[in-house]
Amino acid sequence: MYNKKVMDHFMNPRNVGEIENADGVGEVGNIKCGDIMRISLRIKDNVIDDIKFKTFGCGSAVASSSMATEMIKGMTIEDALKVTNKDVLKELGGLPTIKVHCSVLAEQALKAAILDYANKNGKHYKELEGFSPDEDHPHDEHELEV
Amino acid sequence: MKQIYMDYSATTPMKPEVLSAMQEALKETYGNPSSVYSLGQEAKEKIEEARGYLAPLIGAKPREIFFTSSGTEADNWAVHIAKKTKPGKHMITCAIEHHAVLHTMEAAQKEGYEVTFLPVDRYGFIDLEELEREIRDDTILISIMYVNNEIGTIMPIEEIGAIAKRKGILFHTDGVQALGNVPLDMSSSTVDMMSMSAHKIYGPKGIGALYIRQGTRVVPLLHGGAQERRMRASTENVPGIIAFGEAARLAEAQLEDHVERLTKLRDKLKDGLMQIPDSFFNGHPTKRHPGNVNICFKYIEGESMLLLLDAIGVCASSGSACTSGSLDPSHVLMGIGLPHEIAHGSLRLTLGDFTVEEDVDYVIKHLPGIIERLREMSPLTPQK
Repeated sequence: MYNKKVMDHFMNPRNVGEIENADGVGEVGNIKCGDIMRISLRIKDNVIDDIKFKTFGCGSAVASSSMATEMIKGMTIEDALKVTNKDVLKELGGLPTIKVHCSVLAEQALKAAILDYANKNGKHYKELEGFSPDEDHPHDEHELEV
Repeated sequence: MKQIYMDYSATTPMKPEVLSAMQEALKETYGNPSSVYSLGQEAKEKIEEARGYLAPLIGAKPREIFFTSSGTEADNWAVHIAKKTKPGKHMITCAIEHHAVLHTMEAAQKEGYEVTFLPVDRYGFIDLEELEREIRDDTILISIMYVNNEIGTIMPIEEIGAIAKRKGILFHTDGVQALGNVPLDMSSSTVDMMSMSAHKIYGPKGIGALYIRQGTRVVPLLHGGAQERRMRASTENVPGIIAFGEAARLAEAQLEDHVERLTKLRDKLKDGLMQIPDSFFNGHPTKRHPGNVNICFKYIEGESMLLLLDAIGVCASSGSACTSGSLDPSHVLMGIGLPHEIAHGSLRLTLGDFTVEEDVDYVIKHLPGIIERLREMSPLTPQK
């Protein structure tokens, strides 16, 4: 069902946990669909110095959380905001079609965490315009894309 | 790594006796049972012998058993028989049926039939008074499963059948999980039709049967040749039928021991796993399939649990959204009223004749660590 890379990230997830006194925290997902992800960030000089996640979800939700945090760590906020679920998917080497929506969660959680940081620090990122962390991640749309 | 198979309600491995009967049939009994020469007639005799083994397992007459390709086909056929032989547009089933019945009923709705999907209580039982209230003058079929495949609940089939009989309505039951796990006696039963499948009783996949009470009007679902007394066309699956017969013969001989042994293992597994904090047992404690344990673990998701169990050699299943193939947890867990956050963390372990006590001990020993690991990763787990 899952490829080796996905299974590696599921069995040995990177960056699991929570950063104490984080600079930004974002939680997205929906208990109805069975996946919820929380990302916490430490930001130094506009760079994501540390990132940790907690995920309630299936194998692909955990693996994409792990992969996303690994990709994003060390990036500037602007670069991190450019990372999409497609990039995460690509790095994972793909997910079964029905599971693709799980990878959207990581992108959404990151944006929510950066939005939290921006709100706390009076910053503005144009990539976040129109983003709402409470919005359901669009399942069908992404399933149909693949 | 040792493999521990605990998904017998999904399918069973074949017993060696069944496998060798099937292998011999594949090799030797290749004649077409409809042919006149002795090779063909020998195949025909073996089919009747198999029917003769299945009949006592359910307390039926051999002539009341019709072989099909699967339990699903048997379910479809039973609904078809009601539609074609009874005047009326209304059928009654329940919310936690197998999809083979549920989706067949939904298909009938599209053809213009009206279907009542009875709700169930927390154990999975329908309310008999409600059933009676829902019966109409144009009700043609009541279809309620014998044993639920997910939560293992054994339905009060005879009480349901008595109501159906009193009202003169055909009564079908999906008996796929009951066969070989519950004593069945159609001769003293109120059931008119019962679906069965070989691969749940240590037989092969691709062969099932429908019991149809003598005196019931029957029409075929598949048209063609004169097989199964003209009621189920297509050249018989001879090796499958012979293997089904052998599996049924063994099941009948071992039924009492099978139930007693599995019940002990089931209860040990249940008691061991219910020590895990925030766990919820699903289904009825005693009126249940002898090998079924179904537990929800709060704060975690089922598929992750299955992947970690697989990594230590344990085959199990779950009713979480990600394993149900949709975005909702299983209709059975929703049907018994579980909230989403609990239903997503469901684990079904089903035991069978090759399960030994060490397997149960192994799972009791290793599952807590898996739950703990996933709970540490979950944002829903309350902070210590």
